[in-house]
Amino acid sequence: MDFVTAVQTLDSMMRLSTPLIFACLAGLFSERAGIFDIGLEGKMLASAFFSAAVAALTDSVLLGLIAGLTASMALALVHGVASITFRGNQLISGVAINFFASGMTALIGQNLFKIGGRTPSLGDKGRFLPIDLPFSETLANIPLVGPLYSELISGHTVLVYFSIPTVILSWWILFHTRFGLRLRAVGENPEAVDTAGLSVSAHRYQAVLICGLLCGLAGAYLSTGMAAGFIRDMTAGKGFIALAALIFAKWRPGFALIACLLFGLLEAVAIRFQNIEIAMVGTIPLQLMQALPYILTVIILAGFIGKAIPPKAGGIPYFKER
Amino acid sequence: MSTRIPKWADVVLIPILSLFLAFALSALVVLWIGENPLDALVIIMRGSIGSAYAWGYTLYYATNFIFTGLAVAVAFHAKMFNIGGEGQATLGGLGAALVCLAFGWPHWLSAFPAILIGAAIFGAAWAAIPAYLQARRGSHIVITTIMFNFMAFALLVYLLVHVMKAPNSMAAETRTFPPGTHLPTAHEMLAWFGIAFPKSPPLNVSFLVGLASCLAVWVLIWRTRLGYSIRAFGHSETAAIYAGISPFWVIMISMLISGGLAGLMAVNTVAGEAERLLIDSVQGAGFVGIAVALIGRSHPFGVLLAAFLFGILYQGGVELEFEMPAVSREMIVVIQALVILFTGALDNMVRIPLERFFAQIRRPVG
Repeated sequence: MDFVTAVQTLDSMMRLSTPLIFACLAGLFSERAGIFDIGLEGKMLASAFFSAAVAALTDSVLLGLIAGLTASMALALVHGVASITFRGNQLISGVAINFFASGMTALIGQNLFKIGGRTPSLGDKGRFLPIDLPFSETLANIPLVGPLYSELISGHTVLVYFSIPTVILSWWILFHTRFGLRLRAVGENPEAVDTAGLSVSAHRYQAVLICGLLCGLAGAYLSTGMAAGFIRDMTAGKGFIALAALIFAKWRPGFALIACLLFGLLEAVAIRFQNIEIAMVGTIPLQLMQALPYILTVIILAGFIGKAIPPKAGGIPYFKER
Repeated sequence: MSTRIPKWADVVLIPILSLFLAFALSALVVLWIGENPLDALVIIMRGSIGSAYAWGYTLYYATNFIFTGLAVAVAFHAKMFNIGGEGQATLGGLGAALVCLAFGWPHWLSAFPAILIGAAIFGAAWAAIPAYLQARRGSHIVITTIMFNFMAFALLVYLLVHVMKAPNSMAAETRTFPPGTHLPTAHEMLAWFGIAFPKSPPLNVSFLVGLASCLAVWVLIWRTRLGYSIRAFGHSETAAIYAGISPFWVIMISMLISGGLAGLMAVNTVAGEAERLLIDSVQGAGFVGIAVALIGRSHPFGVLLAAFLFGILYQGGVELEFEMPAVSREMIVVIQALVILFTGALDNMVRIPLERFFAQIRRPVG
């Protein structure tokens, strides 16, 4: 593999990792507060659709983004009502949300645009455009540094540049603010938070809504940043890969970033090289590359490489004592 | 909790009210699209149970959902949420296909037991690893079974593209199974008794296996020692351990049975209908099983009724799309989601008001 190919693969890793990073952080907030969320996929899909649909109708990417975030947060609120207020099964609620998003986006899409559930292709005003950082043209010809700067670092959409600061911000909120401490406490030992006179429900609702917001960013990026429009079920399991990355990172933000970059790289390599030939070993089929994030996650879950222990109160509804 | 309302209300009233809520919201969606929900209902009913032809399709779909619904239900009794029915059924299809392609089977009667066993073993095997990891290493079964769904699909695509692809076909599918593996359809079976039934519906002998499975699961759960262990474990793990029940074996066996049942579903679609292995032979039935088990309250009879209901929705949905193009087939996915939401996650939303209601009417007596 030559240098240019390597840089291009890393460049596509950045693009492919971005939705994973947002969705993974979304799951991080929710699960750290004790609410399991296997509905990341559905929320992303809803946001992807509404971002693209509203952007197509209004020709404004910002209005699209707002619509996407609203849709995702509405579904997050449903998850909150089911799992916090009505103390329902969080996993079943997540499953329902995934199907609801999958069905509704196709249904509304077909009804609005009548092109098989897709949205029309978005024009330049309807999507996030790549940003060329200063001097990327002039520096491109310098060996080594040039391609690195102009291919890898420059030329992404604003959401890609937003992703890594969001990781740092999430880490800071969760581990260095009072709010973050309380959020984590709600996920580990809700009784203690309750005894301190704070509302477990209120904190969990906030976590779930932050989760909705971040899933919304992930979805909006898919349809108005990475692609120029929505196609049916375009999340294609990315919500579950993000969930896998979250477990892989053992619910820690820094490691979540690394896991998302790794899974993004696997996808980039799979797309670029299809079947990879390695001397002595033979051909690694594309399908194995695609399944690798899931296989790695199962190995981590099995505890063969350290132990992945979820937040203690995760998945358990909180009953306030009287 | 359930002592506060009568048993009949718990078993019958709550599912019906939850279903009603789900359908009411679905009707609003249809209304919003600009069609009349009552017309839609008439089309669905006519398309699914209005003719012998329609029944043939409805019961064919119901067969899929009986198997996947039972699979989820058996695991539910052991407090395991097996979300991996989709992957287990995919592997079941592979097992069925391997058996069918292995020999030039002389007659379907000899092939059929082997197909059933092949599908069940492959489905069970795909559930075995998540079950073992849950039982021995505490890895959450929901997450591992989701991961195994994706792995199953990748494996199937790989095998169909690189290994089992029919030599002279463009599509990723195996060659057609030998004639000796052709399972009798409803048309052929009813002809033995001189009853005329349309030829095209794919309803086949697998339906009878589905009915027998309902009975077998009922006997297993409520009439055997093993079933008692599974239920005891599902109610209270600590009490079950105290009673000398091994959590490891309960988790393993209930998940193997669950995976086996999910695998059997593929007999209906792969050996019964397509007669070759296709990429998409499960068609989401593994996930429908979750809704079916939830409405059916994990009871085989409830599962049977719920599977029939979803058979109606799936077959009726096809007709609906044909007659009301604005209401596409995804409407069924929306209904399915709402049913899962109301019967599964928002159970307390229906239950708490009902408890208050029964407390009100009981007070003067007590």
